[in-house]
Amino acid sequence: MKGKKKYLLFRLWRYLGRYHLLIAAGLALMFSSNVLALLGPRLSGRAIDAIGIRAGGVDFERVFYYTGWMAVLYVLSAILSYLLSLLTIYLTRRIIYQMRKDVFDNLSRLPVSFFDEYSTGDIISVVTYDIDTVNQSLSNDFLQIMQSVITVLFSLVMMLSIAPRMVLIFAVTLPVSMLLTKFIVSHSRPLFRIRSKKIGELNGMVEEMINGQKTIRAYGRESQVIEVFDRKNEEVVEANIRAEYYGTLAGPSVNFMNNTSLALISVFGSLLYLRGGIGIGDISSFVQYSRKFSGPVNEAANIIGEFQSAFAAAERVFRLMDELPEKPDAEQARILKEVYGDVLLQDVSFGYQPGQQILKEFNLHAKAGQQIAIVGPTGAGKTTVINLLMRFYDIQEGAILLDGQDAYEIRRDSLRGAYTMVLQDAWLFQGTIYENLVYGRENITMEEVERAAKAAMIYSYIEKLPEGFQTKLSDNGVHISKGQRQLLTIARAMLSDARMLILDEATSNVDTRTEMKIQKAMRSLMADKTCFVIAHRLSTIRHADLILVVKDGRIAEQGSHEELMRSRGEYYQMQQAQFEGRLSEVAGLR
Amino acid sequence: MIKYGAKDHRQLCRKGYEGMKILLKYIKPYGAFMLLTLFLKFAASMMDLLIPSLLAKIIDDIVPTGEVRRIFWWGGVMIGCAVISVVTNVRANRMAEVSAGGMTRKLRHDLFTKITYLSAGQMDEITVSSAVSRLTSDTYHVNRMLARVQRLGVRGPILLTGGMLITMTMEPKLASVLAAALPFIILIVWIVTKSSIPVYAGQQKILDKMVRVLQENITGVRVIRALSRTDYERQRYDGVNEELAKIEQKAGRISSASGPATTLVLNLGLTAVIIAGAYLVQKGETGPGAIIAFLSYFILILNAMLGITRIFVMCSKGMASLGRINEVLEAPEEMQVWAAEAAEVQTAVPLLEFRDVSFSYNGKGDHLSHISFALQKGENLGIIGATGSGKSTIVNLLLRFYDVNEGSILINGRQISTIPFQELRAMFGVVFQNDYLMAASVEENIDFFRDLSREQIREAAGYAQAEAFIRAKEGDMDARIAVRGNNLSGGQKQRIMIARALAAKPQILILDDASSALDYKTDAKLRKELGEHFRDTTTINIAQRISSIQGADHILVLEDGRCIGYGTHGELLRSCPAYQMIYELQMGQQEEEERMTPGQADREQTAALRTAAVLHRGNRKEVAPGHEG
Repeated sequence: MKGKKKYLLFRLWRYLGRYHLLIAAGLALMFSSNVLALLGPRLSGRAIDAIGIRAGGVDFERVFYYTGWMAVLYVLSAILSYLLSLLTIYLTRRIIYQMRKDVFDNLSRLPVSFFDEYSTGDIISVVTYDIDTVNQSLSNDFLQIMQSVITVLFSLVMMLSIAPRMVLIFAVTLPVSMLLTKFIVSHSRPLFRIRSKKIGELNGMVEEMINGQKTIRAYGRESQVIEVFDRKNEEVVEANIRAEYYGTLAGPSVNFMNNTSLALISVFGSLLYLRGGIGIGDISSFVQYSRKFSGPVNEAANIIGEFQSAFAAAERVFRLMDELPEKPDAEQARILKEVYGDVLLQDVSFGYQPGQQILKEFNLHAKAGQQIAIVGPTGAGKTTVINLLMRFYDIQEGAILLDGQDAYEIRRDSLRGAYTMVLQDAWLFQGTIYENLVYGRENITMEEVERAAKAAMIYSYIEKLPEGFQTKLSDNGVHISKGQRQLLTIARAMLSDARMLILDEATSNVDTRTEMKIQKAMRSLMADKTCFVIAHRLSTIRHADLILVVKDGRIAEQGSHEELMRSRGEYYQMQQAQFEGRLSEVAGLR
Repeated sequence: MIKYGAKDHRQLCRKGYEGMKILLKYIKPYGAFMLLTLFLKFAASMMDLLIPSLLAKIIDDIVPTGEVRRIFWWGGVMIGCAVISVVTNVRANRMAEVSAGGMTRKLRHDLFTKITYLSAGQMDEITVSSAVSRLTSDTYHVNRMLARVQRLGVRGPILLTGGMLITMTMEPKLASVLAAALPFIILIVWIVTKSSIPVYAGQQKILDKMVRVLQENITGVRVIRALSRTDYERQRYDGVNEELAKIEQKAGRISSASGPATTLVLNLGLTAVIIAGAYLVQKGETGPGAIIAFLSYFILILNAMLGITRIFVMCSKGMASLGRINEVLEAPEEMQVWAAEAAEVQTAVPLLEFRDVSFSYNGKGDHLSHISFALQKGENLGIIGATGSGKSTIVNLLLRFYDVNEGSILINGRQISTIPFQELRAMFGVVFQNDYLMAASVEENIDFFRDLSREQIREAAGYAQAEAFIRAKEGDMDARIAVRGNNLSGGQKQRIMIARALAAKPQILILDDASSALDYKTDAKLRKELGEHFRDTTTINIAQRISSIQGADHILVLEDGRCIGYGTHGELLRSCPAYQMIYELQMGQQEEEERMTPGQADREQTAALRTAAVLHRGNRKEVAPGHEG
């Protein structure tokens, strides 16, 4: 527990430490603005001296002199303290920016499996809520604490110089305050942690449900979903009240200790005075400094509450930052210079969870330029093969070779760059259609983009949009069907010059006529490339050079369409099933 | 960086104030409770004000008498006050958290409810990512504001008024100098608050953008990695991150100006007090002691004032969020259930009818124009057409996610706009094209909050051809489905969705491209099950393959939102060139397949298939005219 806190501080310091110069400047600003502010009362004292005690005896020249200086000092102090705020704000924004960036950088390094398991809303909660919490604490509290330290030390010195014996009172009250704070901290920390977790859960739930709003409405399940939401909401509110329960103790109880100190000072100060130990003026100054002394301590106690929630949030932020990234590329990993497209899977075994093998001793050889079709019942492991080819997941046994080189000795980005992929879930982002097609690649001309769009039969649709290729795709106004999305991703793939192509149900939502029309384009897309095609319509893969029938994680059989039909195995049966399906349809059985 | 014009500015401010109004609604139930909280806070603050004066009493009145016992007694009174202060403070703080929590819970509940019932058009307008952040990040800001204002907001004003009153009674002339500074302070607070609310609102808006980029990156991780575009995405994210940091800094710059500015004004006021005091002393109207006491109260007032400005900063953030929440809460009920006109007595009305329906999503260009069809109970409709021809739009209208622009949709002879939503939608079982699964068990996903029995669920899974793979899963029906169904194959996902649609035995079943990821064998079995067990269910099947719909009682052929063919398979083959073409293309594929099929047995089988097809076509031709009549 203790070590963890130190570790968190260390991690936070790593963010702050980069700006040590700015921090030093901040401390200097703080010091000077405080000193200026402390000089104010002294000057006002002088001015009051100049006023004197007699009516008509006011030395106006000196009064104006000192008040003039006071005004100057106050203006300076205000400017300095505003500069200090600006600096603090700049500092925290840089740090928060960096944190958000670091989290995202790590997200972009995490293995695909992470995203298959982790709730989107929870990740978003970390980037928004948790980092914001850390941010608030940093910007408001960090310098404040430093400032408090200075004031406390200054006051302590002054009090010691006035009446060392009376400082003993603080020897009683201060440790009690500290113990109290410690008690509060140790009790509230786990509660703040729970709060952050609950908020993450609520965010996850909200994200999921709002994305499914249409389905919920279609099924008329609104009130039930609202009930589920209410439960989560209740949990968050409850967690928040609990986390604040101890937090609410902090301010008042430290305030109580201060008031108690004040009472003790009055009593003992009076006793000392009666014994002639100190003067009445000393009591007065002592009280003033003790106020100054305890003010920041009071403030600090309030801040500790904030720190607690910031710590809990920072924990979640760092946990996400520390999620293990994809295994780094081997040191001698190569960058592919020229790709021929010869792919070999040798005795590959793989399972998503230990003990549940999806692929077992899987063998596959795709020669350069060949078309490989993978067929089989759903859930047989077809998409898994793609996951392994792209190294989204790592194989557990066996080897994958690309052009005779171990795929694990090739740099991942280089390996993935050798493939173009069109998936069933056509993914587009909020940007213009042009941006979605070009997708960050440079040196693609508008003509090429238009050509690809025409070949993919999506050009006329784009043309009809109000702003053509510059139309923004958002869930705001532009209605685009799933088939059209697929056509856009096909056009995107056409703009790529990768040597290998993966089509995973790429045209499943495209209608037959359009599919026919894009056939030519698809053929030219596939020409000279090593292609891996997953499709249910057996007709679309019949021309493949090699058809693999996958069943229960093994290749049940492989060969060309003719060979497989001749051998009358699994593939033949699938063909039969399609015929039967049609027969029964044709016979009017639906 | 988002630029704000004066108009946006005014609008956002107005939203903030309206937010204040709506807040009153939430405060009301807690009115008494909050008053008690404020009273306790008041008591605590009074104790804090009292303690220093007790000190003065000890030193001024008691010490000179030298009575030690009375010193102890008054010391005890001070501690007593401190105890009262701590007890009431803690109590009040906790009450503040409880009432803030309660109000937030209600606010969040109302917001979620409202979002759940938003029309599809309104949801398009707000966007999913913004709805998510309004429900989460914005409600947290409001919660924080509600709690903090109660916890800290009372002390400041009490100390301020207390301090002002004391100085007034002490020396009204000097106090009036100080009071002259007040308008300036009010002006500062007002300007800062007014200019920071829109900036905070802008900040939340950019946060929406960031949420969106995150969502896209999470859902599109495979494509991004495959295209090696991580760097590009990093840049895209970095752009938003930079933007957010900038606007946060802007907000900070504005709000942090209030502290130093207020302090400066008060300090200058203090300087003016000294000068004024000098004149008063010169005239003999006051003594320097009064000025000294005045100055010490002044510190109190200054601190109170700083506390108050801090509260205002916190409020402007909360108010900006409240404005965004309010925007959703105040969205009008777009979809109303109209009172039915006097029902005409109709016999044998179709279960479902589209009458000359036209519709556009954005008011520009028709997404559907003049669509008509009618279905009797148990009849099936197949819809076929190019991508983007308006197939899914028909589903959207049928479920009344949008209202038609022209024409009408009738169910059992009733306008759908007169049917209560619950009643309307309870008739349907539907699988959308882009449907979703929850991170929950298989059973929960099929049940979908309907409290169906396990038998019903298992039965539905059976019809949907999902039972075998569910059984093979560890935990069977209790097996967890990962976020977005990530641990299932495309076909498995679709089968669970179909099971969900079938589980409650709907009157009308809508399958929008719902079996595209199924292999033929499974697809054929599924259709067989539907034919056997859902005879009375009216089905609308949107598909790409003619084979999936050719058995339907009616087939609607769509192109660019227009109906270019309507009839049975046989009729369309004769009358609709587009349909013929699709058919030919698909049969062509099939015939090609047949040609490639070697072996005598295969040829025999092929021949049988052909014969059946020809016979079928012939039958249809004969039967068709009768149907028409």
